[in-house]
Amino acid sequence: MNIEKAKAAKKNKKRNRLIFRTIVLALLLVAVIYALVSNFNKDKTDVSEGTQAPDFKLQQINENNELETVRLSDYEGKGVMLNFWGTWCKPCEKEMPYMQSLYPEYKKKGVEIIAVNLDTTKFVVEKFINKYDLTFPVPYDSNKEVRESYHVEPLPTTFFINPNGEIVEIVEGGLTLDKIEGYLQQIMPEQ
Amino acid sequence: MNKIKCECGHVNPEGTVLCEACGKPVEGNQHIDGNDQRKLLNMRYDGSARRSQTYNKSIIDKIWNFFSSVKVGVWLIVLALAASAIGTIFPQEQYIPADAPSRDPSVFYEAQYGTLGQIYYQLGFHNLYESWWYMLLIALIGVSLVICSIDRFVPLYKALKMQKPKRHTTFLKRQRLFSETEHVTADEKDKLVSGLKKQRYKVREENGHVLAEKGRFSRWGPYVNHIGLIIVLIAALLRMTPFMYLDEYVWVREGEQTVIPGTEGEYYIKNKKFILETYDKNDERFKEAIEMQGNVAKNYQTNAVIYKEKGETVAGADPELEKVTEDKIRMNHPLKFAGYTLYQAGYQQNEFKSMTFKIHKTDDPDEASLGSFTIDLTEPKDEYQLDNGFSVDVTQYYPDYELEDEEPASKTNFPRNPAFVLTVHPPGNEEPEMSFVGIGKNVDATGENDYKLGIEDFETRYASGLTVRRDYTLPLFIIGAVIFMIGVIQGMYWQHRRIWLHPTKEGIMVAGHTNKNWFGLKKDIEQVIADTNVNMVDDQLDTD
Amino acid sequence: MDSLIDVSSTMLYTAFILYLIATFFFGATIRDKNKSSTKGAGVSGKIGITITIIGFLAQIVYFITRWMASGHAPVSNLFEFMTFFGMALVFAFIILYFIYKLNILGLFALPVAMIVIAYASMFPTEIAPLVPSLQSNWLYIHVTTVSLGEAILSISFVAGLIYLIRQIDQSVRSKRTTWLEIVLLSLFIFVGFSIISTSFNLSGYSAEFEYSFNGETVTTDYHLPPIAGPNEGELLTGDRMNPLFDAPAWMKGVDAARKFNTVIWSVLTGLVLYGLARLILRKRVGAAIQPFLRKAKPDMLDEISYRAVAIGFPVFTLGGLIFAAIWAQLAWDRFWGWDPKEVWALVTWLFYAAFLHLRLSRGWHGEKSAWLAVGGFAIIMFNLIAVNLVLAGLHSYA
Repeated sequence: MNIEKAKAAKKNKKRNRLIFRTIVLALLLVAVIYALVSNFNKDKTDVSEGTQAPDFKLQQINENNELETVRLSDYEGKGVMLNFWGTWCKPCEKEMPYMQSLYPEYKKKGVEIIAVNLDTTKFVVEKFINKYDLTFPVPYDSNKEVRESYHVEPLPTTFFINPNGEIVEIVEGGLTLDKIEGYLQQIMPEQ
Repeated sequence: MNKIKCECGHVNPEGTVLCEACGKPVEGNQHIDGNDQRKLLNMRYDGSARRSQTYNKSIIDKIWNFFSSVKVGVWLIVLALAASAIGTIFPQEQYIPADAPSRDPSVFYEAQYGTLGQIYYQLGFHNLYESWWYMLLIALIGVSLVICSIDRFVPLYKALKMQKPKRHTTFLKRQRLFSETEHVTADEKDKLVSGLKKQRYKVREENGHVLAEKGRFSRWGPYVNHIGLIIVLIAALLRMTPFMYLDEYVWVREGEQTVIPGTEGEYYIKNKKFILETYDKNDERFKEAIEMQGNVAKNYQTNAVIYKEKGETVAGADPELEKVTEDKIRMNHPLKFAGYTLYQAGYQQNEFKSMTFKIHKTDDPDEASLGSFTIDLTEPKDEYQLDNGFSVDVTQYYPDYELEDEEPASKTNFPRNPAFVLTVHPPGNEEPEMSFVGIGKNVDATGENDYKLGIEDFETRYASGLTVRRDYTLPLFIIGAVIFMIGVIQGMYWQHRRIWLHPTKEGIMVAGHTNKNWFGLKKDIEQVIADTNVNMVDDQLDTD
Repeated sequence: MDSLIDVSSTMLYTAFILYLIATFFFGATIRDKNKSSTKGAGVSGKIGITITIIGFLAQIVYFITRWMASGHAPVSNLFEFMTFFGMALVFAFIILYFIYKLNILGLFALPVAMIVIAYASMFPTEIAPLVPSLQSNWLYIHVTTVSLGEAILSISFVAGLIYLIRQIDQSVRSKRTTWLEIVLLSLFIFVGFSIISTSFNLSGYSAEFEYSFNGETVTTDYHLPPIAGPNEGELLTGDRMNPLFDAPAWMKGVDAARKFNTVIWSVLTGLVLYGLARLILRKRVGAAIQPFLRKAKPDMLDEISYRAVAIGFPVFTLGGLIFAAIWAQLAWDRFWGWDPKEVWALVTWLFYAAFLHLRLSRGWHGEKSAWLAVGGFAIIMFNLIAVNLVLAGLHSYA
């Protein structure tokens, strides 16, 4: 047998083995990394800062507001402060007057405030609205469908959506007057 | 060192311990299986060249060889075993009892178990099975499974394929079962062969040398079951992608309709009725037990209707619904539709559905009713007109009443402790009167009311808790489990038995090997040599 | 109805007695001086296995009549389950006996089965209705398969134990002799539990305590004199002894203190029994048994121990993991939930997987393998008993 040939064959075989092992190990490594990464990302959802806000359409129940229904996509080109709240929730109750005080001014500047209500009866909501003289639209999410599509857990949760329909900021928990104003300015359309 | 040519003429790959064809120990490689220390040959993988035993050059080879070791595999198993056990010392976060004073893990473990609990929590053991390191451990077992199997399957396959009936005498003498008989007639030799065939051995002959084999396929059992396990692990991996696996929970109250979470707003569920049944106390069979432990639940059931939203779906838009199915959901009997499965998982009965009030004169000791009205707590009206001229305004409603900082408020939005501020307008032009009424509460605003309100009746309702699942990985788990079972049965309930007959000048050598169940092999040989004067094999393990 | 239940209990009792008699016959095989015992069963052995089979049939009758009486397979509480496990042990023994014809196996396997049955009957034996989650055919399939698997694996322990008693050098005291004594002592503790529970049950002892549990005041009824009382509990029954001390505060489960008290009593009784045995024998218990095992062949015992794992492992996998997963998927909406009982089934499975892999290497046969078999049995018993009583999760039957 030709020694040169045998050496070459051996070398060839060695190379093939190395390639095979590398491929198998690489595949396994990818699988392991995938497992660890998806375990790490488990709790993240598809509605997050930087993503497009899901559209929705709800009945509007604030009698001080002329709208019958609210559809988010109708507000393209405007900034939207989308607030999820309930009458029983104390921090919601606290921030409502702040929102009301800023509403007329910012509506003119092209920012809409929409406060999606999650109560089980409209009755208490009406009483609440009259108590604080709210004028911004209050859509009523009776099926909790919008809450579900925004993955809202604690109340209040507020989404600040820019004129392109993109979520700029998600705030869980109550807001102060200053903070609301700061966020509203962030999502104000350019003049 | 390259290929090794044996004296029988067979060329073995590098690292071979026992010649693939004739079994002669390859000089210089005996340390690999420890054969240099002992009389009996180590027959693992038939002495074939496991790839890992040979090259150890590049980093890839080193990693490969590390995982290819069964020892490493066993260590990984032991570590996983220990870690799993540790996770049961205290309950995992998800099993913190619902009635614990605080379910917040940072509080619970210390409060309940003291310092040890605190340490347990801080080490992250309260969520051990989801921790990155536990997952890594399981993943490494998977890696070890793949590499061990690849590394051993091919050489073993080759060795079993190459084996020749004629074996080297050293190989035979160093088998566990061996005997040599000086004088054996040709007739007796034939008897041996036919005896082997009768016992359903596959017999191969070559110049009087005989290899009888049975159950070789059981050698592949381990590889088959490892493939099953790998499929199960792949399924577990896929389960981490949200598309493949969905896990949601929904509460739906009797009479209520709600969107099913996780279905992108496509499906709705209506709870028509929730049923809770308990065993009959008078049932003779269970009388004693029920007396001892109290009522025992017999059935949890939700009568549900599933709807599908028709047309374009915009969240919240008044959905146009189409009924998909109507069925009962019970424990152990989930409801399936369109790839989703709904399981009965819990219930609550702490909500009121409606309350009926009556009006009576404050100073009437009999509290005779002057008229009554019912408030539907899901949709209270502003005003209730009574037949006898009374009317009642609902001035304020607190679904879950509590007093906070001296102010009435509602704790949640569910009618768990409903309370009302009601204004009674008596017939005629008498002054309206205000009252505050709730469960066990009846406050008169001025203290001078002529009429008093009392709760006459109320209805409660159940909320049913359902889990929503969509799991496309289930079939893969099932396939993996089935393959595993096939492999493990194949490997455990059959054994690879081999008997070699080696003619000597006038006599014969008999040797036997099996991977399990030596007792069975000995019985086989006993039957084969019956009616001949061939010596029964010695179990050389005794003398080893 | 009542008559069925009576038949059922009588049959269980009969089975127990028959196992006891069979044990004596298997014991007698030791004295068989003729060589028949190495090949074939011998007369005593044949009688022994016949009585065992009759006993097993009696227990089957128990099982069927109880099933008829309750309307569901009697594997739904700790008593029923442990009794079934004892029955499965006998069945597993019968299978392996017919493969290997080893009489000495019966001498050890039957007492283990009897200990298990006696232990089981200390738990409430009333027929209890099934809660919704248990109303599934998969429950029966899962429970029966898993206990059969565990029973076969337990035979591996029995063979391993015989191996250890036979092989460990008893001429000097060593770590190994001490461990072997500990293993034997734990068997004494189980016996102790049955004896002490039966005696106090017969005397009708009862002492009621009041203590606070999760902020509520609850009462618990002690059937054994309280050595350890509930933490900050108050004795309600007059003229009963006061606890010597309170159970530590971290024992939080329902009736944790009472269970703890029972454990103390069992250990004490077991120690007394063991002490008596030592006094009478005047040597280590292992050393006392050893001479009777001379005839047993160690490599045969080793093979039985391994073979039992080889046979039991697939059955256990099927029952303890696969069927369990199917049932869990239907009842609890997930096939795997890291419930303590599930985790310990996994631990058992991993342990025997490691055992099977270790058997591939040299040096793990014989004594080491026998110790592993003992370890595996300890894990099984831990899962059957401790997990239910201590780490209670979804499977908390009792």
